[in-house]
Amino acid sequence: MSLQLFTQYLFSGITYGILYAIVAIGFNIIYNTTGIINFAQGEFVMLGGMCAISLHEYMPLPAAILLAVIITGIIGGLIEIIFIRWLDSPSVLRMIIITIGLSILIREAALFVWGESVRSLPYFNGDAVTSVQIFGANISPQVLWVIGVCSVIVVGLSLFFQFTYAGREMRACAANRTAATLCGINTRSKITWSFMLSAGIGAVAGCVMSPITYTQYDIGPGLAIKGFTVVILGGLGNSMAAVAAGLLLGIVESFSIIVVPMAYQEVISIAILLIVLFVRPHGLFGSSETACLQDF
Amino acid sequence: MALAAGAALLFAFLPSTGMAKTIKIGAILAESGPAGFLGQPEAKTLRMLVAQTNARGGVAGYKVELLLKDSAGKKEQAVSLARQLIEEDKVFAIIGPTRSGSTMAIKNIAEQAKTILISCASTKAIVDPVAKYVFKTPQNDSLAARMILQEMKKEGITKIAVVVGGTGFGKMGKMFVNKLAPEYGISVLMNETYSPRATDLSPLVTKMMANKDIQGVVNWSIVPAQTILAKNMRQQKWNVPLFLSHGFGNIKYVQAGGAAMEGIKFPADRLLIADSLPASNPQRAVLVKYKHDYESKYHEPVSTFGGHAYDAFKILCKAIAKAGGPDTEKVRTAIENMTFIGTGGIFHFSPTDHSGLKIDAFDMMVVKNGKFTKF
Repeated sequence: MSLQLFTQYLFSGITYGILYAIVAIGFNIIYNTTGIINFAQGEFVMLGGMCAISLHEYMPLPAAILLAVIITGIIGGLIEIIFIRWLDSPSVLRMIIITIGLSILIREAALFVWGESVRSLPYFNGDAVTSVQIFGANISPQVLWVIGVCSVIVVGLSLFFQFTYAGREMRACAANRTAATLCGINTRSKITWSFMLSAGIGAVAGCVMSPITYTQYDIGPGLAIKGFTVVILGGLGNSMAAVAAGLLLGIVESFSIIVVPMAYQEVISIAILLIVLFVRPHGLFGSSETACLQDF
Repeated sequence: MALAAGAALLFAFLPSTGMAKTIKIGAILAESGPAGFLGQPEAKTLRMLVAQTNARGGVAGYKVELLLKDSAGKKEQAVSLARQLIEEDKVFAIIGPTRSGSTMAIKNIAEQAKTILISCASTKAIVDPVAKYVFKTPQNDSLAARMILQEMKKEGITKIAVVVGGTGFGKMGKMFVNKLAPEYGISVLMNETYSPRATDLSPLVTKMMANKDIQGVVNWSIVPAQTILAKNMRQQKWNVPLFLSHGFGNIKYVQAGGAAMEGIKFPADRLLIADSLPASNPQRAVLVKYKHDYESKYHEPVSTFGGHAYDAFKILCKAIAKAGGPDTEKVRTAIENMTFIGTGGIFHFSPTDHSGLKIDAFDMMVVKNGKFTKF
């Protein structure tokens, strides 16, 4: 394989991989503070894209994206306040059903507001045919936007959790909620923040991806499945491992087309999910001892 | 006994509460779902035509009652809707479904129930083998395949890749292009199917690019993903000619793909270029009227798919008028002996040809400055 083809495959793999990783990080942020898997995570990506597309009719692109991210974040926070907050240590099964219900609710609402049609934001630079050359491969500048923006999110989040007071408080909630409450941390508000944060980063990803993949009211579940695969692959709750797992999945999917027909691309991620669940349920990077202590 | 008589009396009075006489016509269209760009204009067209027909006093003295159902483009949905329309609503005829797979799924249901079905889907299998009660208005997909291959031959393209969307329409297209290519001295080097929900096809483009022998690509699809392939090809600067199928005849696809769609060729009927047809063209009057009626009512450009629903409804009405009322056998025979000037071409139905169109129904179109023009 020539360097040009290799680069071409690699970039499309990374583009998707990093998107999966962002969805997976969204899962992890909420999982870490609350212990639940939010299956409406894919809907946040859709909402971000859709809001930005609608707002772009009235304002320039950066403002539209910023506002869309804020709106989606607020929706995420409201979801927590309305549907999750009042539940007192709910069972895992109940939370799964609630979040799946929420994802259906959001999707149907989006169908009502935006209809069936496929929409997209304009390309940030140039248009549908613009491309830049890297190692002889032609890459759409939007791909670089996706990779750049998502990398910034990943680095920013890890700095946030390591070095800021709010980030440490959220980690404390994750480690031991009772102890965190005893230390004077307002765990309730931290949980709301975690929903807002994960909705917000989902929305950013939804905006930068929109020109490449288009946005439709029902893109959420597909992304959620991929994101969930990545979460499991990397090990539940581990955001940096999710990035590695996301990139791995994206690149495997992209290169797989050399040997298997395009039609089977979807099968690959599901197959990986099943294999990991059977063979290494604690993920590639997790330890089996911690996994024993988790509800999932 | 008295009860039965009472019931009979009640039923006897029922119709008089509504219109004098009505004909129920069912329609199963993919208004939502991945084939929404096809089903929506079809549904809009039928609503418009039914209103027009009833305003003129109906057909053969009957008011038309349209029972329009959304199949969301799903086969299973189409099957249960067909049963519902036939068994519960007791419709006289069904227009649709939008998609080839859905039509094939209900072909036998209509045939066994002796309900006339006029499909808006294109695959040849719908009318080959002929089912007595099943007709269709779009041009055969085998004709579209011939049209594309003919053009490729003219341009000196001999080695091609065939890429299709993973739908019934795509599957049939793949089969016909592969089957007919040798007749035109063209060899198919690669066959690929993508998911109807695909969001990015750049790895596929890379795979095709790696094969330096490929001189042209046929992308046979009805789903929005067909524009994604064009975008990805142009982004990767792979400039081989790209041919799309007649499943591309909605200007919204061009808008979705933007600059990447320039120069793409595809076969379509003349509805898309109605206004630029010469006055001598026998189809011109029909096309221009439908186009202007539709566009002034809905404020959106007309598409070939709406045209298929137009033809289906008009053919049915013409046959009912000829038969003098909703008599299935007479109407069926009337369609089989009909010559009809429609949007899709000039139909010559016969007992052995329930499609009625020849290759001359198509013209090769090209996308130029974001518009469809004759190639």
